[in-house]
Amino acid sequence: MDEPNTDVIQGTLDMLILKTVSLQPIHGFGIARRIEQVSRGSFKVNPGSLLTALQRLERAGCLDATWRQTENSRRAKFYSLTRAGRKQLEVETADWTRRVSAVARLLKAEG
Amino acid sequence: MSLWRQLTRGLRALTHRSAAEQDVADEVRDYLDRATADFVARGFSPEEALRAARLELGNATSVSQQVRESGWENLIETLVADLRYAARRLVAEPGFAAVTILTLAVGVGSTTAIFSALNPILFQPLPYPDAGRIMMVWDMGTGGSRDDVTFGTHQELVERSHSFDALAAMKPWQPTLTGATEPERLDGQRVSATFFRVLGVPPALGRDFQASDDRANAPRVVILSDGLWHRRFGGDRAVVGRSITLGDDPYLVIGVMPRGFENVLDPSATLWSPLQYDMSQDRAWGHHLRMVGRQRPGVGTDQAAAELARIAQTPVLEFARAPWASLKHGLIVNSLQDDITRGVRPALLIILGAVVVVLVIACVNVTNLLLARSVRRRSEFALRAALGAGSSRLIRQLLTESLLLALLGGGAGMAVAMLGVRALIALSPPELPRVHAIAVDAGVFGFGLGLTTLIGLGFGLLPALQATRTDQQRELQQGSPRTGGGHHRTRSALVVAEVALALVLLVGTGLLLRSLQRLFAVAPGFEPSRLLTMQVQTSGHRFDEDSTTYRFFEEALEAARQVPGVMAAALTSQLPLSGDEDIYGVHFEASPSQRAEEDHGAFRYAVTPGYMETMRIPLRQGRTLEQHDRSGAPLVALINESYARREFPGIDPIGKRLRIGPMDGPLYTIVGVVGDVRQMSLAISQSDAVYTTPSQWRFADNAMSLVIRTRGDPTALVPAIRQAVWAVDKDQPIVRVATMDDLVAASAAERRFALILVEAFALAALVLAAAGIYGVLSGRVAERTREIGVRSALGASRGNILTLVVGQGMTLTGLGVSIGLAGAALASEVMVAMLFGVSHLDPVTYLGAIALLGAVAVIACGVPAWRAAQVDPASTLRVE
Repeated sequence: MDEPNTDVIQGTLDMLILKTVSLQPIHGFGIARRIEQVSRGSFKVNPGSLLTALQRLERAGCLDATWRQTENSRRAKFYSLTRAGRKQLEVETADWTRRVSAVARLLKAEG
Repeated sequence: MSLWRQLTRGLRALTHRSAAEQDVADEVRDYLDRATADFVARGFSPEEALRAARLELGNATSVSQQVRESGWENLIETLVADLRYAARRLVAEPGFAAVTILTLAVGVGSTTAIFSALNPILFQPLPYPDAGRIMMVWDMGTGGSRDDVTFGTHQELVERSHSFDALAAMKPWQPTLTGATEPERLDGQRVSATFFRVLGVPPALGRDFQASDDRANAPRVVILSDGLWHRRFGGDRAVVGRSITLGDDPYLVIGVMPRGFENVLDPSATLWSPLQYDMSQDRAWGHHLRMVGRQRPGVGTDQAAAELARIAQTPVLEFARAPWASLKHGLIVNSLQDDITRGVRPALLIILGAVVVVLVIACVNVTNLLLARSVRRRSEFALRAALGAGSSRLIRQLLTESLLLALLGGGAGMAVAMLGVRALIALSPPELPRVHAIAVDAGVFGFGLGLTTLIGLGFGLLPALQATRTDQQRELQQGSPRTGGGHHRTRSALVVAEVALALVLLVGTGLLLRSLQRLFAVAPGFEPSRLLTMQVQTSGHRFDEDSTTYRFFEEALEAARQVPGVMAAALTSQLPLSGDEDIYGVHFEASPSQRAEEDHGAFRYAVTPGYMETMRIPLRQGRTLEQHDRSGAPLVALINESYARREFPGIDPIGKRLRIGPMDGPLYTIVGVVGDVRQMSLAISQSDAVYTTPSQWRFADNAMSLVIRTRGDPTALVPAIRQAVWAVDKDQPIVRVATMDDLVAASAAERRFALILVEAFALAALVLAAAGIYGVLSGRVAERTREIGVRSALGASRGNILTLVVGQGMTLTGLGVSIGLAGAALASEVMVAMLFGVSHLDPVTYLGAIALLGAVAVIACGVPAWRAAQVDPASTLRVE
């Protein structure tokens, strides 16, 4: 039995992260779970790639990060969306939508 | 904005490494905690939840590493780590490090030194604006030789040519500066008024020459060089407008040249004055001027040359030409840059080639050393690869190591280069142009650095690639590798290449050496040992009268003869092998071989009686010049034997008559034939000469060379002879004091310079090639200790082992020699211009080079062979 590919579609991880963070400030694990849940298991995010992408986005200025204390007095890193990040999300969403509908049109075409 | 964040975040991660690591570790830890809690919430037991969470996360350490590696600072961190590791490894292997660094230092240092010395000569443009448009114009003599032009030719070209903005003529000038301090003989030039316009550099102070300054009988003016201005006049700006006395005459100083002005046409000139020739003078038709011009913008060199050729071929009445300046062979035009480097270019190119060969050999050696080293470290790399290092990471680290080595070697090389440049300047022959422009500057360092980096990256790549291509499993299991395989082929090939290159250099050295030997074996035509020479010059208006000049020289000669230790003394207007070149057209009355047209002239010597005896020039026929051959007596002359043979084949030349110079000059009768004398250099056999006594010549030469045959050491008599001459007249300068042996040596200065350098490089190449052979064989022996142990256990004697190893080494050498022979034959063809008396395929030289290389190779093989023979089979077999 072939297992379906649960990797995030190449190039969309940044967009999915930004969207998730845009809803509320959130930590890395939370982002991973949310993507998994909302996609109903279609996408399982690799923790290493996720954390790397988060560092990249933070350095690029799309996300802000703050440290908070957890119950067992450990540190947790929370990410929030910056204005630049919001704009980047809009750009990438528009682009994605355009390309998806183009693919849909191509697949629906007959003859 | 994000660039700034990138920079700052990365920098913070670099500087606060542990804090950054902690952050990432904390975040990963937090992820794990939350994942565990999530699983617990789904109903897992705490232990199962933890396990599931760990499974999802993967290896926490690698995740942390993955996150950290994505930052740009990671590259720098790894670079620093690599450098530190590389440095530690070098310290752990001091022998290898020392040899590699030294090899690189020699290669990079010598190449940088040569390039920086040759840069101003061969590559840099001349230090004048638009220097590409400055041309030299020469008269073409028979056989295509470059002759100085005459003033008449210069005038004609100035008027008739439209290709040049300005054309200037020049000649050397050596006035005596008198005045407040001691009289001093200065070097200068007499030039046309447009001289500085041609070069494009106006005086920094005062004004340039004008056309009105350059007329005969115009007031005398002079422009000083910056150096002279500071040295003699204290840099006083008021000197402009003052009058100074040069050789009895007042000269008005009208300008001073800028400090950075470099006069490539006569580097020693420190002052300039207009020629002030005019066509009515005798000397207007003497070939003794050099001409330089600045092409008009828009006129190409070919155009200018074509126009000059046309002018040469179309004489006009307005510019009647003397027969010996008929320009019938045309004019030679070439760029000033080409002109000044012409003489030395063959030598310089050879030297350049030699140093490149040394560099290549050095690089080959370094590559071999690196390859050998990477073989030794095979298990280390296998281990690291097994621990997760990607091959790109390993290659990066190896390249860092070789780059570090290269930088250390290059740094040492810079020190070598600086010393080398200084040595070059000190050794350089006087004809080496633009010596003053040679400097070790930023450009030189840049070149050295670039070269080093190229070597480090380029020659480190091969061993790096080879090292990472190993089979990890096999290497981890084995204790000692048994065979070399591919490595050996590469290293052997490299050694063969080195040997070939070393042979090329050895052959080159040998050929130059033999050329010099042959050159110095040439008989100059006189006896040079224990012969002292010096030039006595007359200056001052009282010598305008010829009789005064003759009397002075006679008295000076007599005084010199009285000095104890002097066996014989004489005077001559032209001294052999001194650079003097005084040539006149000679026309024989009714010569059977009527080739007056083809006459290339002969050297004219005005000599006192006793010259032949002092110089020990043999008399072949007739008699030498004697005391009674004075003005008023019948005019007599001597010619040399090959001239006589050519002009009077089979006939007695005694009694025949000739004219020296203009066709309407007086007839001289030949009374004797003397041996040939080399005037220009030992290599040039052109020696047609005609000798007269000073008083029987048209005018009195105002500078005569005193030649003195001494009983003992010639230099010891210099002060006494000078005193003797000055006792007759204390104001007459004595210059160019040298023993004839020195002059003979100096005449080959350029070849000798090339020889010294090529010799040095050949030596370096030999040492490096020997080191290369030794290195490869040692490596092999070390790797195959076990095999050697087996062989000797099976009955091979020490002798057999020795033969085995030496045989391997000599096979490599033999291969290298065969290739090298072909290479040497090709390379020596390039050298032909520098050779004298030897063919570029001279067998003695080739055999000698092969023998030397072979002997060195045997020694280089000997040590590893001997070590191999010492191998104790018991201990090596036990290792397994």
